Amino acid sequence: MASKSTSSRFSPEFYPQLLLIVLVAMSFRVSLSMWGHSGEGKPPMHGDFEAQRHWMEITSNLPAKQWYVHGPKNDLQYWGLDYPPLTAYHMMAAGMIAKKVNPDLVELGTSHGIEKPDVKFFMRASVLVMDILLFLPAAIAYFIFSRPQKTDESIILNSIMVFTAYPGIMLIDNGHFQYNNVSLGLMVLATLALSFTYDLLAAILFCMSLNYKQMELYHALPFFGYLLGRCIKSGVFRGIYKLASLGMIVIATFAIIWSPFLSSVESAKAVIQRLFPFNRGLYEDKVANFWCSVSPLIKFKDIIAPQDMAKICMLVTSICTLPSFIDLLRKPTMKKFHYASINISLIFFLFSFHVHEKSILIAAIPVCLVVDKDPLAVVWFLLISVFSMVPLLMKDGLLIPTTVAVSIFWMSSDYFVRPTLNQPAQVVYTMQVSLLGGVCLVLATRFIPAPQRFPDLFQLLIAIYSCAHFFIFAFYFHLKQLGGIYEQVLWKFLEGSKGTVSQKKSFDASSVNVDKNLATNRASSRSLRQRR
Amino acid sequence: MAAVSTLATVSALLKLMFIPTYRSTDFEVHRNWLAITHSLPISKWYVEKTSEWTLDYPPLFAWFEWLMSQVACYVDPGMLLVSNLNYASNATVIFQRVSVILTDFVFYYAINEFQKLQLFEANTKYGKSYNAITYLIPILLIFNIGLFIVDHIHFQYNGILFGVMLLSIVRILQDKSLEGAFWFSVLLNMKHIYIYIAPPYFVYLLRTYCFQRDRPVSFSTFSKTNFVNLASVVLVVFGLSFGPFVYHHQLGQVMSRLFPFKRGLVHAYWAPNVWALYNGVDKFLTVLGLKTCLLQAEAVPAASMTGGMVQEYSHVVLPSIAPLVTMILTALGMVPALYMLWELKSPLAFVRAIILCAFTSFLFGWHVHEKAILMIIIPLTLLVKYSREDAKLFLILSTTGYFSLFPLLFTPFENLLKVLLFLQATIFSFLAIKSLFSDKVKETSSPTAFLAQSLDTLRLPLLSLVESAYLWGLAALGIFNSGLPLRLFGSDLFTRLPFLPLLLTSVYCAVGVVYCWLQFYRLFLCEKFCPKNHDDTNSLTAEDSATFISRKKRR
Repeated sequence: MASKSTSSRFSPEFYPQLLLIVLVAMSFRVSLSMWGHSGEGKPPMHGDFEAQRHWMEITSNLPAKQWYVHGPKNDLQYWGLDYPPLTAYHMMAAGMIAKKVNPDLVELGTSHGIEKPDVKFFMRASVLVMDILLFLPAAIAYFIFSRPQKTDESIILNSIMVFTAYPGIMLIDNGHFQYNNVSLGLMVLATLALSFTYDLLAAILFCMSLNYKQMELYHALPFFGYLLGRCIKSGVFRGIYKLASLGMIVIATFAIIWSPFLSSVESAKAVIQRLFPFNRGLYEDKVANFWCSVSPLIKFKDIIAPQDMAKICMLVTSICTLPSFIDLLRKPTMKKFHYASINISLIFFLFSFHVHEKSILIAAIPVCLVVDKDPLAVVWFLLISVFSMVPLLMKDGLLIPTTVAVSIFWMSSDYFVRPTLNQPAQVVYTMQVSLLGGVCLVLATRFIPAPQRFPDLFQLLIAIYSCAHFFIFAFYFHLKQLGGIYEQVLWKFLEGSKGTVSQKKSFDASSVNVDKNLATNRASSRSLRQRR
Repeated sequence: MAAVSTLATVSALLKLMFIPTYRSTDFEVHRNWLAITHSLPISKWYVEKTSEWTLDYPPLFAWFEWLMSQVACYVDPGMLLVSNLNYASNATVIFQRVSVILTDFVFYYAINEFQKLQLFEANTKYGKSYNAITYLIPILLIFNIGLFIVDHIHFQYNGILFGVMLLSIVRILQDKSLEGAFWFSVLLNMKHIYIYIAPPYFVYLLRTYCFQRDRPVSFSTFSKTNFVNLASVVLVVFGLSFGPFVYHHQLGQVMSRLFPFKRGLVHAYWAPNVWALYNGVDKFLTVLGLKTCLLQAEAVPAASMTGGMVQEYSHVVLPSIAPLVTMILTALGMVPALYMLWELKSPLAFVRAIILCAFTSFLFGWHVHEKAILMIIIPLTLLVKYSREDAKLFLILSTTGYFSLFPLLFTPFENLLKVLLFLQATIFSFLAIKSLFSDKVKETSSPTAFLAQSLDTLRLPLLSLVESAYLWGLAALGIFNSGLPLRLFGSDLFTRLPFLPLLLTSVYCAVGVVYCWLQFYRLFLCEKFCPKNHDDTNSLTAEDSATFISRKKRR
């Protein structure tokens, strides 16, 4: 992966250390794979594991025309395909391999709910393959190539470590069972392409990501805003040319991916109807978003019809994304893009229609990408994001691996990126109290039986607790994005009465300076440790 | 010492991840022992034989099981019924897995005690990753993937046993000889395989505790009180352990369980020792004899060619080996090490002698298990920081030894996991040890030829070219054994000879283990007979260890 020019950038120890990080990440994922998955031993519907397996069965046995259409051989009531075509192709490829290795797994009609050790291994291995081929390389490439040449290699390694050790995505992908690593890996690659100013490539990669999972729409606005902003910035003629070529490339990518479904309007419409089911609920289970958290007070679900609610959600979401979007449009820099992709996906998570608890991953991955810029907020946010998914993970019997993954992530990120270094004392205390509160809530959920009248009491409490955090984080990241005067207000507030911390000046400086600052921080902390 | 406890916590948490992994029959063995000790009177412990996995560890281990069963009855009483064969409810699995993880804290405690001593550290300039070097030995021990595989996946209680062993070593290094002797007696009464490392304890304690360390051996320097103290500590432990069975007139019964001589020269899977080489040569000669028609096909027992890895391997060409031969060879192999220990009487020599005795018994012993390699690797870890040579031997032996554990796991997920764990451990050890001895890595000769240069990039840190080639050979062997290359060529070699991968693994690893044994012996003998040879390494000389001892005296 490393090109000639960068091969001399790192010491000879860099690559073995990198390999070590990848090996640790992979062995954790492999051992996680041996635990339960969603819907294990729960007929008749099982869970996401069975859904993905069923899609392999459908796509590898039926022609593309029938994938999204209800038919004698394709019962859409039983986990009908409702992801975009790229997922379908991926499932088809996996199904083709399964036919060679283990034909029972994708036998049309008769393989429903199949549960055998070799089936589990095949499915789990298919996720691990995407981890090793796409997700981890994307993260590594991102941190190596998007950072300035002078960046201390320990910062790069530590950032990669935090990214690969983030428990949320592995618990969902390798535990619960999904392929978020594909769509999010593509999104990371698209971000990397943007930082190289390969705008067309970024557009292609993002379109692929979007065509893998429609939830990537959460990221569509930041990409759109950034690219449009750059078009506007480059003058009238160049701008129009740029915009036209971007539009062409997007249309072309879509056309290629959708080609089997474009033969008639009906077939395209059938796919779209599967992708955007507006007759579904406002949210699934207990989600840490706005609508669910206010449900003890106002039950929107019961007062307003889903169709109207969808419109309300859309309106609220679009209004709330405006500040971040307009700011990005005006100043399309990479720093703003990072924060905008956090902010907008977070707003979508908080306000949009039919949100799953897993969707927090879409906000969490862009957060991971700024771990070297703002370690405290990142680590805190990531921990809370896993916390918000605990009820789901408990349902899959993944409480022990969740505890292990979170504790190790917490301890190792504390050691490697030192989030609390040079931070105002009360911020650190607040973080510790907030996380302790989360731990207590999880313990309560596990050990205290919920009252008869409110069987979902603790799940709801977890949702509300996380939702409050997400609101604060959204506010914080907005201030970070807007920068300038807003950020100064933020630091005034954080530092409060307890004296100022000298390091804070660096936050106004460019990202390069922040990196340098981090390097010196690290050096000083190392010497501190040595002295100890 | 917060760092050791942090490492221990991380390790314990990681081990929780292995709860749903494959469990060998040892899981049922220990469940059965829980049931026996919990529900039967002592007089029945070594008589009971409902399950084929009868109690065959010494009494203190049975008491250890009894202790755990007192908790187990609150978790799931079902596992405590002797008749409940192969019982493995969720609660049982979690209880047994967690019991291994928790009892490992004895091991961590011993490691912490060792780390506090700051022994056997060469004066090297520390590399960049300062913390990883300071805590190198704790890290290598706490994250010992051999223990991960054997204890936490395959299932056994080696963690606590090695903990007690390490504790006895540490106490003796601290000059608390009686305490050390006590812990070692406890260890012997928990698992009798540790009798292999008893001779160094005997010699060292006799020389430094019964006789006076600094004065020549004579009748006048022999301390009778010390000897009586030592003997009474050992006898009390043995008395408590075996006394009840003597009372019930069952000593013979217990002994017949502890030392079953019906087993063969080698275990089902050959441990990588001298006998694996011996059998390998025998196999080779058989095939050669058949090919050249010097050997009649009828003269070859059927199992010898098709199976090849049966419990009782009968030799075809070479003479069969009697148990007595292995015992004599083991004893002979230990004598030079014990003589050196008697002469050098230093803490370093004590550890070296333990390693060599474990080594010798592993190489020449009767019916050795491949897991016994940990008995060499774990004490050898203590010397990693001592000198370049020790570190080098640790690298070769640990890599080879962990590789030789591969056949223990064979299910799909575990296959992946063992390779990942192995690579992690190997890369970490090489990285850390390289930075520890980095000031010495730069060699004077700079190869100019292209071939020499490309060969040099393959050379592993600290190792010579041949040694590196040997370790790279492990990688090649691993790939070959995975069956993929053969499948590509459409060969059915492994279906015809299913035991070929095991045979290749144990024979190949045996070469490395024997090499390390010879090198380690040379290292030990050099300490007395050729001290000048050590000029180019940064090891402590005999003087240094003498100053260490006097330093301790002053304290």
